[in-house]
Amino acid sequence: MITHDVIVVGSGLAGMRAAVEIRRKAPHADIALITKVYPTRSHSGAAQGGIAAALGNIRYDANGVPVLAPEDQPGDDWLTHMYDTVKGADFIGDQDAQEILAREAVPTIYELEHMGVPFSRTPDGRIAQRPFGGHTNPRACYAADRTGHALLHTLYGELVRYNVKVYPEWYMLSVVIEDNICRGVTALDIRTGEVHSVNAKATMFGTGGYGRAFKITSNAFSSTGDGITAAYRAGVPLEDMEFVQFHPTGLFSHGILLSEGARGEGGYLLNGLNERFMSRYAPGRMELAPRDVVSRSIYSELEAGRGAGPNAEYVLLDLRHLGKQKLDERLPQITELARDYLGIDPVTEPVPIQPTAHYSMGGIPTDADGRVVRGENEVVQGFFAAGECACASVHGANRLGTNSLLEATVYGRRTGQTIANFLHTESQSGVGAMPAMPPAALKQAEDEIRELMSRNGREIAADIRKDLQATMFQNAGVFRSAEKLEAELGIIEELRERFALISLDDKGRRYNTELIETLELAHLLEFSACIVAGALAREESRGAHARRDFPKRDDTQWMKHTLAYRDADGRPRLDYKAVRYGPDGPRFQPEERKY
Amino acid sequence: MEVRFRVHRYDPEEDATPRYQVYTVDVDGDMTVLDCLNQIKWYQDGTVTFRRSCRSAICGSCGMLINGRNRLACNTRVADFEASEVSVGPLPGFPILRDLVVDWDPFFAKDAAMKPYLINDTPPPDKERRQSPEEYSKIDNATLCIMCGCCSSSCPVVWNNGQYYGPAALTKAFRFIFDSRDTATRERIDIAGSEEGAWRCHTIFNCTTDCPKGVLNTQNIQALKRKVMLEKLGFTGTKLVFNVDPIYKEGEAQHEHEAGGIATRA
Repeated sequence: MITHDVIVVGSGLAGMRAAVEIRRKAPHADIALITKVYPTRSHSGAAQGGIAAALGNIRYDANGVPVLAPEDQPGDDWLTHMYDTVKGADFIGDQDAQEILAREAVPTIYELEHMGVPFSRTPDGRIAQRPFGGHTNPRACYAADRTGHALLHTLYGELVRYNVKVYPEWYMLSVVIEDNICRGVTALDIRTGEVHSVNAKATMFGTGGYGRAFKITSNAFSSTGDGITAAYRAGVPLEDMEFVQFHPTGLFSHGILLSEGARGEGGYLLNGLNERFMSRYAPGRMELAPRDVVSRSIYSELEAGRGAGPNAEYVLLDLRHLGKQKLDERLPQITELARDYLGIDPVTEPVPIQPTAHYSMGGIPTDADGRVVRGENEVVQGFFAAGECACASVHGANRLGTNSLLEATVYGRRTGQTIANFLHTESQSGVGAMPAMPPAALKQAEDEIRELMSRNGREIAADIRKDLQATMFQNAGVFRSAEKLEAELGIIEELRERFALISLDDKGRRYNTELIETLELAHLLEFSACIVAGALAREESRGAHARRDFPKRDDTQWMKHTLAYRDADGRPRLDYKAVRYGPDGPRFQPEERKY
Repeated sequence: MEVRFRVHRYDPEEDATPRYQVYTVDVDGDMTVLDCLNQIKWYQDGTVTFRRSCRSAICGSCGMLINGRNRLACNTRVADFEASEVSVGPLPGFPILRDLVVDWDPFFAKDAAMKPYLINDTPPPDKERRQSPEEYSKIDNATLCIMCGCCSSSCPVVWNNGQYYGPAALTKAFRFIFDSRDTATRERIDIAGSEEGAWRCHTIFNCTTDCPKGVLNTQNIQALKRKVMLEKLGFTGTKLVFNVDPIYKEGEAQHEHEAGGIATRA
């Protein structure tokens, strides 16, 4: 058995930022990080457009053009950022957490800059900022259109600086919770095929999102919600799983992300009639309305037969008027992606796009300090989560662009502080002993793998995955209805039965990626049922959850978070909990959400 | 169009020697090499083993030897080869774990030896450290690196000498030495200019040619050589260094590079 004071699972921004913070605040703590990839491969690196913070380096002038703000007159403030986030979330976010996000954004960004993040700059050497959807002011700090990559590699450097022990290519199999105390995890060393139990006083998840449940997605192959399902299997409910963000501008048929920064820099969306159709849906903000609004608008255009292309099945992102120089300087990555994957040069041609599953608002419920909670707010001792796998909830029903890199770093940092304090308190009170790891946990993890490998049916895992992704995209996508969601629940049941009848080609232990893909598929099947059950029950439209049969938001009935508990038969059982506010109550009251 | 894929197969603990296995895939439209490898793995042979993650050329997982050049499988379109056969092997010069999967540990150890983090011996200000767009532009190209290993694995010096830091690590050294916010220049050039550092580079340019992100690795290493020379001779004045080093101006470096007649990535 391996033992550490702290085990962090996941090497994206949240996990790495937390690890660094624990190193700083509790330098003697023995901390290690396990990750199913190598840290620099984590999906945080695919984020493009920016990271929000009310630095106020840039402001809009009287004509709405972004200009440099005088140093003594910042063009932004954290409260406006908070308001934008609350409204973007369609008022179901937890305002205590949203306040922390907006308040701590500014010091968090400066700290990242001091770590060496290569931000793009204003002419006077400050961090450059640009407009983004749903944000009142231009507050997206960026490193060209590879902001996530710049942050990820910088934080990886910090791991090296602080000499954090990393177990690369270890696949977490289960989180072990007994008597409401988290005891650590079990994990598979992919390289050797050995299963280990990892005992820890504090276990933190920064395991990312669940976009791979959908056919068209911007997410990496690795975004399979492993941590989310592991927590669910260990008795932690999943919160608000029905809120899935579809990013408006995925590369047509591939789903690969084309940054919202493209619209932030002035890009247009055009339908098949060459109209800037957003004037119909969000005349105030046009292309820079929040993502849920823009994705629905695109679908509405397609359904009205106003799509572009031979089959009218996509719309166009037009960047031609920005000019080659601006594209090269501000948006070089997406320019290259369009060329490489569609053979289209955005300098001379508009790019076919379609909404793509992008971000998981739901996940493992936490309080505003990163502690995992069950029920109304009962803390699971020694278990923490941050980033996309967690639901604090800062994004509510719809996340604003640039708030995810922010959440990962603000909450990674904050959760690291919580863990450092937890270790300190534990050792002061004399109960800092390592919680016992039940020996059965390791055996159970090994048995499950053995059972999976011994299956000898005729089903092909790839077919099951493909069917799940296609039907989830169809039935639990941008627009939903009771009819579609009920059908999808039945489909998931069938797929689960088929999954029992698979067989693996690869019976080896060492570097068995077929085994990993199969374990991931089991996760997809399990949490997809939570997405659909939550969506079916929620008879209203809020943020990214749009019901054709219930087109209005219903604050009387549905101003509450969904909790999906795992039943004995592995199906979700729904419960609900109240939306949280700070000690002084809500800073912002619900209002009609118009842009 | 039917395309034959010759895929490198090797399990070091089972096989005496590597072999190539042929799979046929029906390739249409925009399919990439990674799409085809997935088709093979999912529908023909689940034992074929490779790494992949983001499939949008940013995570650096899927660097491999494809038709004789190091490339990312995820952004290499099969149709662009205009060939009925494609060969796929692991990155050359790296230890092989299985099939197309190589051991990254030595590669990341070399990166770590470069101290891949900003060092500044003055306390940070309340806000950001200022950096002008001109200062930033010196490191812009180097920060494109995704650590996919295509460069170091294409370098004959790396193949011949396992101790040589190689282009990826040296580009990392460049990225910090030329970052106006970093003050550890001396410490860094002692590493980058050491026996296994920049001087081992024979300016073969494979590392620049094979970089899928357009990082000017070879040029960066030459800039390091000049920097080491000037520092060691005591010429540390900004003005002098700036005047003798064209690589500082990205446009010029590109120009010099193209004038040399070496093919850049299409």
